[in-house]
Amino acid sequence: MSLDKDQVQQIAVLARLSLEDDEIAETVDKLSRIVDFVAQLSEASTDDVLPMAHPLAVTQRLRPDKVTESNDRDHVQQNAPSVANGLYLVPKVIE
Amino acid sequence: MGQDLHTRTLTQLASGLAQGEFSSVEITSALLGRIENLNEALNVFITVTGEQALETAKRADAARASGNAGALNGLPIVHKDIFCTRDVLTTCGSHILDNFVSPYDATVVKRLADAGAVVLGKTNMDEFAMGSSNETSYFGPVRNPWDLERSPGGSSGGSAAAVAARLTPAATGTDTGGSIRQPAALTGIFGIKPTYGRVSRYGMIAFASSLDQAGVLTRCAADAAMLLGAMAGFDERDSTSIDHPVPDYVAGLSESLEGLRVGVVRQHFDSGLDEKCAQVVKDALSVLESRGATLVEVDMPNLELSVPTYYVVAPAECSSNLSRFDGVRFGRRVDDPADLFDMYSRSRGDGFGAEVKRRIMTGTYVLSAGYYDAYYLKAQQVRHLIADDFHKAFREVDVIAGPTSPTPAFKLGDKIDDPITMYLNDIYTIGANLAGLPGVSSPCGFVDGLPVGLHLVGPHFGEELLLRCAHQYEQQTDWHEACPEAFK
Repeated sequence: MSLDKDQVQQIAVLARLSLEDDEIAETVDKLSRIVDFVAQLSEASTDDVLPMAHPLAVTQRLRPDKVTESNDRDHVQQNAPSVANGLYLVPKVIE
Repeated sequence: MGQDLHTRTLTQLASGLAQGEFSSVEITSALLGRIENLNEALNVFITVTGEQALETAKRADAARASGNAGALNGLPIVHKDIFCTRDVLTTCGSHILDNFVSPYDATVVKRLADAGAVVLGKTNMDEFAMGSSNETSYFGPVRNPWDLERSPGGSSGGSAAAVAARLTPAATGTDTGGSIRQPAALTGIFGIKPTYGRVSRYGMIAFASSLDQAGVLTRCAADAAMLLGAMAGFDERDSTSIDHPVPDYVAGLSESLEGLRVGVVRQHFDSGLDEKCAQVVKDALSVLESRGATLVEVDMPNLELSVPTYYVVAPAECSSNLSRFDGVRFGRRVDDPADLFDMYSRSRGDGFGAEVKRRIMTGTYVLSAGYYDAYYLKAQQVRHLIADDFHKAFREVDVIAGPTSPTPAFKLGDKIDDPITMYLNDIYTIGANLAGLPGVSSPCGFVDGLPVGLHLVGPHFGEELLLRCAHQYEQQTDWHEACPEAFK
């Protein structure tokens, strides 16, 4: 196993994913297999090769800094689990 | 009247509508009736939008009567449930979005609606398009119309099965590593993944933003040409959309293949490919030769690294994209969270399925401190080598041809427990996504009663050429006309 239980739990914390106890063993096994599989990349010779961030050789387009959208907050917030006075509600973060 | 409407291609329906042979309401009613009878066996639809479809069809018929018919006026289509559709449930195959009613339309949805298309419903898919078998969907797997025990492929499996079962003549799909082409191959239909940037990604729920591209699944190349013409083109709402003229894809179909150089990648036939599939694909290459093309062997030494490269790049991008599902603005939130962290992690832990969680964690790992250079940076460098293999090949040849998938449709349950075996399904298709190239899969024969696809990849913005190749191939073969017995 290239990853152990502690590492997987740490990754889950970073990713904000709760894992049930019965999911952990399977996740350790499958993530390890994936990490072992992609490790074959280390054998490729990539000296002086630029990383490729975009599939086409183009530069990022810019647009004028103008307001183009209208305010449809009420419509958008119909999907929110909890709102009040146009604000999104979450558990208390400041004591 | 009406009994055979489902057997017609989009092109045939368009001409029947233009000649007043039948109305859009008649087509829509016929297909909705079929969906009602057959959907349960296939599990193709997450949502059927019957009422809206009939309303749209009525408007289309009225528009035609008053001489205002758009390019797709009154023609039926279904959307993969990854495309945001205003005031319609848009789930992306996930529990976390199973209550999400989109407040806006994706550009693809809007353009097809503006052209007059009638949307019959939203199709099932692998959760967040992460899967090659449709088995990761929260809504259960789609079944392959050729054999209900088998997978239709994925992630656009619902769209593919819907077209193959004649529930619709055409469907939208998305392709991040083969998610249009592989299900098209496994269900015996045509599928095209355009060049990266050719079709707007606005409103298409993101999986891996540098790889995702929208396309279509149809019965034949001519139908895809008609639809792609209406979908493609610059969109200021997508910052990676390319401002490049959209040719008349339909007009280009009839040109001959005389003098066309078709590259055959030696590595594609080396290993891993089912022997019977290999023979079917070789026969298809001979047909291209008989239409005037020349076969040229090309070497792509880095291609075997495309799957590991993809399984670093795609999860990395997915882990960033899916951070937006936090239980705050949309999607599911768990009951009674103890605090903010608990709300995030339990909402996501409950809302995402196992494969999506694995990919998010793979991405989080390869981007984390200490591992970034070894995995992510390395993968982006290898991605460059793979793209260079293609660019070198396209100096010698016009298109590259080979198999779409290593085997025909596999049984549901066969590969789901082993992520690596599942990932290797996309070995022939992933390269085009890494390099941003267009690709198609065209029906080219059968192995043990199951369809096989011919895969064609072209240079950037080579859609017209790929569609023409597939159309010319169809002129000499009738594989694209085959229909599973139970769905005739």
